[in-house]
Parts: sequence; C-alpha cells; structure tokens
Amino acid sequence: MSEALPIVEMRDISIEFPGVRALDGVDFRLFQGEVHALMGENGAGKSTLIKALTGVYKIDGGSIVVAGQERQLHGTRDAQSAGISTVYQEVNLVTNLTIGENVMLGHEVRGAFGVNWRATHEAATEALARLGLEHLDTHRPLSTLSIAMQQLVAISRAMAIKAKVLILDEPTSSLDAAEVEGLFRVMRTLRDQGVAILFVSHFLDQIYAISDRLTILRNGRYEGEYLTRDLDRHALISKMIGKDLNSLASLGGNRRVDARDYAAEAPLLSAKGLGRRGSIEPTDLDVHRGEVVGFAGLLGSGRTELARLLYGADRADDGEVTLHGKRVDLRAPADGLGKRIAFSTENRRDEGIIGDLTVRENMILAVQAERGWARPIPRKEQDELVDQYIEALNVRPPDPNRLIKNLSGGNQQKVLLGRWLATKPELLILDEPTRGIDVGAKAEIQEAVAQLAEDGVSVVYISSELEEVVRLSERIVVLKDHQKIGEIVNGADVTAQMVVDVIAAHGVEAAERDIIDAEAPHTNDASHPGDAQHTTVPATAATEEES
Amino acid sequence: MSTGARTSWLRELVRKPFFWGLVAIVALLVLNVLKDPNYLAISYDPETGRLVGNVVDILRASAPILMIAVGMSLVIATGGIDLSVGSVMAVSGAVAMVLMKDAGDSGSVLVALGAIGLALLISAVLGAVNGVLVAYVGLQPFISTLIMMLAGRGIAKVITEGQNTSASNEPFRWIANGFLIGLPVVFLLAIAIAIVVGLVVRRSALGLMIEAIGINPKASRMAGIKPNGLLLTVYILSGVLAGVAGIMSVGTVMTVDVSRTGYQMELDAILAVVIGGTSLSGGKFSIGGAVVGGLLIATLDKTIVFLGISSSATPAFKAIVIVVLCLLQSQRVRSWFVQRRKPPRASAAPSAVPSEKPQQKQEVTA
Repeated sequence: MSEALPIVEMRDISIEFPGVRALDGVDFRLFQGEVHALMGENGAGKSTLIKALTGVYKIDGGSIVVAGQERQLHGTRDAQSAGISTVYQEVNLVTNLTIGENVMLGHEVRGAFGVNWRATHEAATEALARLGLEHLDTHRPLSTLSIAMQQLVAISRAMAIKAKVLILDEPTSSLDAAEVEGLFRVMRTLRDQGVAILFVSHFLDQIYAISDRLTILRNGRYEGEYLTRDLDRHALISKMIGKDLNSLASLGGNRRVDARDYAAEAPLLSAKGLGRRGSIEPTDLDVHRGEVVGFAGLLGSGRTELARLLYGADRADDGEVTLHGKRVDLRAPADGLGKRIAFSTENRRDEGIIGDLTVRENMILAVQAERGWARPIPRKEQDELVDQYIEALNVRPPDPNRLIKNLSGGNQQKVLLGRWLATKPELLILDEPTRGIDVGAKAEIQEAVAQLAEDGVSVVYISSELEEVVRLSERIVVLKDHQKIGEIVNGADVTAQMVVDVIAAHGVEAAERDIIDAEAPHTNDASHPGDAQHTTVPATAATEEES
Repeated sequence: MSTGARTSWLRELVRKPFFWGLVAIVALLVLNVLKDPNYLAISYDPETGRLVGNVVDILRASAPILMIAVGMSLVIATGGIDLSVGSVMAVSGAVAMVLMKDAGDSGSVLVALGAIGLALLISAVLGAVNGVLVAYVGLQPFISTLIMMLAGRGIAKVITEGQNTSASNEPFRWIANGFLIGLPVVFLLAIAIAIVVGLVVRRSALGLMIEAIGINPKASRMAGIKPNGLLLTVYILSGVLAGVAGIMSVGTVMTVDVSRTGYQMELDAILAVVIGGTSLSGGKFSIGGAVVGGLLIATLDKTIVFLGISSSATPAFKAIVIVVLCLLQSQRVRSWFVQRRKPPRASAAPSAVPSEKPQQKQEVTA
C-alpha cells in the first residue's frame, strides 16, 4: 500500500433525513490496491456512506473527490462513469439471461448490425478471466450457477466497465466457508491489479482475513481509520460500540442461573416430532410457564424454521403441538395468536412493520386482528395501550402518529415488541430481537425479557449472539443443519464457548454428511446474521480446527 | 385570527391527495363558463320542485361512477383491481329489467324492490366469485376479474336473450330520474351510500386492515390478520356497488342495452380512484378522493359534450386531461417543479402578498 493520493476521498460528509442526521462530518478515503473495510454497528451509517459514494443519496455537506477530481454524484450513472461500481447484498442479475449477457449487460459490443454477440461473449470471457473465472461457459444461463458463483459474475460485471473502485456490500452473508474463500481469492486478484475495494461484512474473522485498512463509524460519526493489523478485535469492537467490552458484559447482569426444576411441571407447550420437510427435521420440544428457552445455532440451522412452526407462520407437515395439554392445530399466524402465542420475526422489514402505517396503527394491529374488524379498539384504549408501550420500551421519538418507516431500526423493533406484548402472550417467540439495535436498547430488551419471564410469560429467545442466549436462557436448545442436536440446561459454568463446542463437536461426527450439505445449494432466505460482536462466526473456524 | 384559521384549513385542503382533482373540476367548469357565461346558472322550477341546470345534470350523471369508484378504491387498496364492475352493471341492469318486464305491473313498489333486491343479490354473487378466485384460489386479481368482465357480459346477454330490454315501473324510474329537496334522488342516494361505506370502513377496523394487507401482505399475515375473509368482503362490496350503479344506469332510460350498459366503466372507476389519490400499488385509500374523482369524470364527460368535441376525439381529450392531472400529482414531477422554482422564489417572495405566501408555498412543496 502506497501512501499516494487516495483514489476516493470523502471529506466532512453530512447527510440529513427528515428528523435524523444520518451522517455527520464523516471522512473516508480509499487507496488503490487495498481492501478497505467499513465497520460499524447496524445503523452506524455504513450503507448511507456507500449510497453517498454511489450517488444514490445527495450529500448535504462535504466533498467527494474521485481520482483527484471533485465530483457531484447525482445517481449511480455518475458514480459508474467516475469508475465506481457496486455489488449489492442481493445479487441483482438477470437469471434467465446467459452468463455472458449478464456480464456485458448494457455494455454489449456493437458492430455494424447491432450487437456483435460473438465479440460480446469474448469480452465477457476476458472479464471473467481477470477474476480467474475463465472456466465458465458464457453461453450457459446464469441460473445454472450457485448464488456464490452468481456473485462472482456480478463482480465481473462490475469490473467489465473498468471500475477503479469496487464496493462490496455484505457479499458474504449468504455464502459458506469455501465460497467465501473463493470470493476472497477474487478480491485479492483484483486488489493486486490495483483496484480499490470497499468491503462491508458483519463477520469479524473475514475482516481480519481480507482487509488491509478499516474505517469505523459510530452513530453517523467518524470514529477513526486504522490499519487492520494494528487494531485487535477487542479494540475494534469497543470502538464500534463506543464502550469497552467489560462494561458491555456487565450490562445483562440478569442472567438466570437459579433455574427452577421444571421436570415436575407440565409444560405449557409441548412439541412432538414437529417438522417440515426441507426446513426442520422432526423435533421434540417442551416450554414451561415462565421459562426462557434459547435457540442457539447458526443462521440456517433451523432455529427460525422451528420457531415459525410453533407460531403457525409455516405449517408443519409432521408431528403435533400441545398447549396446556391440549392438541392445537396451528395453520396460520392467526391461530398462534388466538392461542396466546406471539412471534416477533427476524425479518423486520418484510414480515414485521407495515411501513406506511403509523406507530399507533402498527402497535395495535395484532390486538385488532385478534378482535376482528367489526370490533374496533376505541381510541381511548388505543391511546392507553400505545402510550404505555412507547414509554415502557422507550420508543424514540415518542410520537404515535409518525409513520413507522421513518423510525430507526431499533425503534421499529421496539414498536413491534410492543405490538406483541399488547396481545398479552403466554408464549413469546423472539427471533433476533436485538439485531441492529444499539447497546442501550439491547440491554433494555433483555431486561424486558427477564421481567416477562418473572411475570410468568414463557419466552423462546433466538439470537446469533450466543452470549445473549446464554445470559438470558434457562435452557438452550442447540440446532444445526435443520435439526435439534442437543439441549443444555443453563448454569453458572455454561458459556457461549460450550455452545460453540457442541455445535462444532457435532460437526465432527457428521463431517462426511456436512461435506454433502455444503455442496447442496443453501435454501436460506433469511437475511444477514446480526452484529458480529462476540461469537457469531467461530463455528466455521472451530470445525476447521477440529477436523 | 380568522384568517389564520382559514389558511390552515386551506393548507389542509391543499395537502389532500384529491386537491388537484378539485382544481381540475373547477378548471373544467371555468372552461364551460368561457364558452357560455350562463353555464353555471341554476334555476328553480316551482311546478316540479326541481333545480334545473348543467351542474345538476353533472351530479345526476356522476352517481353510477361514484358507486363503482367507491368499491374500486377499496379493492385497489388491498393491492387488487376489479375489472368486472362494468359487466356487473350490465348484469344487474339486465336482471332488474327482465324481472320488471315479466312482472308487468308498472306502478308496484313491491316489483321495484324485488327487482333491485334480486339484481343486487346476483351482483353480490358475481363479486363473491371474484373474491373466492382472488382470496382462496390465489389467482391474480387482474386475471380473475378479467374473466368476470368477459363472462359478465355473456351472462347479461343470456338473461336478456341478447335483446335490448325495456320495462316500465314508476318507483324504479324515480330512483334514477326523481328529485328530492330539489336535487336528483340518484345523486343523493350515491352520496348517502358513499358516506355509509366511508363510515363503516373508517369507524370499524376494516379500513386499517385493508390498508395493512395492501401495504405489506406478509407482515399483515404475521400480525394475525386473516386476509381471505377481508378480500372476499371487499370484492363482494365492489360487486354490490356495481349492481347499484347498474340499477342507476338503466333506470335513467328504463332500458338495458347489454353491450352498452356499463361499457368501459371499469376504466372510469380506476381513473376516479387514481385521481382521488389512491395508489394503484395498494395501501392508503381515500373514499372522499374516489368521490372527487368520480365527480371529475362526470364533469369531464359532460364538458366534452358541451364543448362539442367530436365523439371520435373524445377519448383523446379525456386522456389529455387525465395525463395532466396525474403529472400534477406525481411526486417526481412536483420535485422537478420545486427545483426549477427555487432560485426565483427567494427573490419573488418579498413581493408576494403576505397572506398568500403560506398557501403558495404549500402548492409548490406539498
């Protein structure tokens, strides 16, 4: 890395949205031939900064200099002509065109009689070869490739326009370990060719594996720029969250080690052989009154799938669920809700909030749905309900008439939590309730969960952050590869590392099967895992160590 | 103080999605007045107790459009569309006419009520078929109602055996042609029904749930809303309202022409809804907006006739007015507008009359 002039220099960038300052005086620079990681918690302003650089958002203050020239970027086209290309989280290619057509889309080689397809495919092969992908047949439809390979095609498409800057926004979220390695090979190749790469990932291991330099944002502010090798993980995490790790660990002092003896009690909910083909193998599960049961497992382990069956969000095709000793048939969410089960989804945007409705309307929706449309909740009761939860959950801004889409992610999550609490559930299933929420709100939500359990509500708690699961749960159900592989009764000696070990140890026994699994395409449509703070990733590393 | 209250009221009005629809109605009326200064004149005929004038005619003509626009706005709010309303109008009209023709008794209220009842029942059944196809079978609303649009006209022809069918029944005729407190019965009825529907939808949680499934069907389902029953209800309501429109429509001339009654009315209804500020992608809806949209379409139709625009140019004229209106409503076009206006506005503002300033600002930025 030379300390030559940066290819991109963003200075004092500010962007304001109605009511929020998304970026506040952020500096960012990117050099040729480096992989530069942009770090920060969800909501720190990473995506906003990227969108400023790609011309999606207009900056309200500051300057963007690309290759020594100050640029006003109005739209992605401007950014592209400045040599900045982006590959987004979700691959945006046309699956029913060929690989070559995808690579060259919009840049087809033209001849005297329109597009010269032979030359176009040659150019595509050349572009792919730059990434070491010359073995791909450009005439095959893109849909024949795995998601990981499609992503590489997307990168080569981005490079086909001779980009000097490549932005990769969470490219690894849906890739397995081998595929990530393939991606890193390509990234290193491009870096050695002098391309500047801006990389965003929630996986700390990957950051340390690939990046040369990193910039940290926190709450829309510039926190600092460091050489990756100079900054250890603890320091990095502390800078991202603005507190040191020890104070974070003490936040959830409400760990429940005084577990009751549940064996004598009849369970509130009992699942026998509950399963659904392709998403979760038949599973037994008991949840007792006032118990917090954690689901631990990696993304795609079946933890969300199992939870969805318990609510009726998906229909089980095997097994049965009994509630209070009586068999219940859960065909739709409304059935779960009617049985006093509530499910807070991990997919807040698509399955949680109703963006164009207000905070009030979003909060009362589940209660209203249960009562039916003919019995509207009187305005006074609505106000009481909404005010109560806005205050209890500290929703900001505390304005019930604001559209929920204008709230930050953490506050949207609180509104949704309020929606479910308002239904007075006996069993509350929380799938990644703390994802993308600042530390303070995280502690608030964890405290709320502990309090609910005290009040006799059963909670199923799912989180990518194993520390959190261990801290809150009395019993931890461990899942892997679409099946339950064990249960851990929580106690003072149980640590997140033990849970990781269970997952990893199981991996050794089933090592052979895992290899087959790894080759099968992932049918995992869930979004990226949560903040990579503690132990979200080590499973891949652990498996490698064991084997 | 009073001016402050007035401006805030105005500001509120300007912000309404159907504001430009109101502006367009006024503009069309002004156009007519330019041609004939007496266009807006309304006289009172003491003998019959009626108000007479062009505006009264417009109100009378608007009734069927209002009905289907109200139904359509709910269907569109769920993220669907109902292309069959025009055909359902024809079926409803055909059922009523054939029944009254066969009954013969031209003075009987009972026959009229029977005809209306049966017509509405059949309309409800057709709406229910749409609803079942959309909600339970899971067909696309466009396809389901397109099928019904084609089938409906066929059914109407079967009922009338392909003939234009006339009947005479005074009570039935009164609905379309009678006057009450000086105004056309049919318009009063339409407004009353629109108000009732509006109240039911907004006073119950129906409106909230319709909007919720229109904005985000997945999240609504996860929140425990059962979409099927709601969709069925909405399509049945749309069918019944189309049935009412059919009765109003055939009542004027006491004849059903199965190939003309309600012909292309679904397009008018969709336009009325869009003009009223409901997005075709579903979600937030406005019954008031649909009413304004319906009134605009009726005004437009009458204006075209009044200005003597040749019938072959009618669709083009209609299209131009509607395109301009949609452009005015478009967020993107308005933001261009704001950008263009920004530099001169700073210098122009001081010279503007102070009391007009906030209103002018709203027009530009709203």
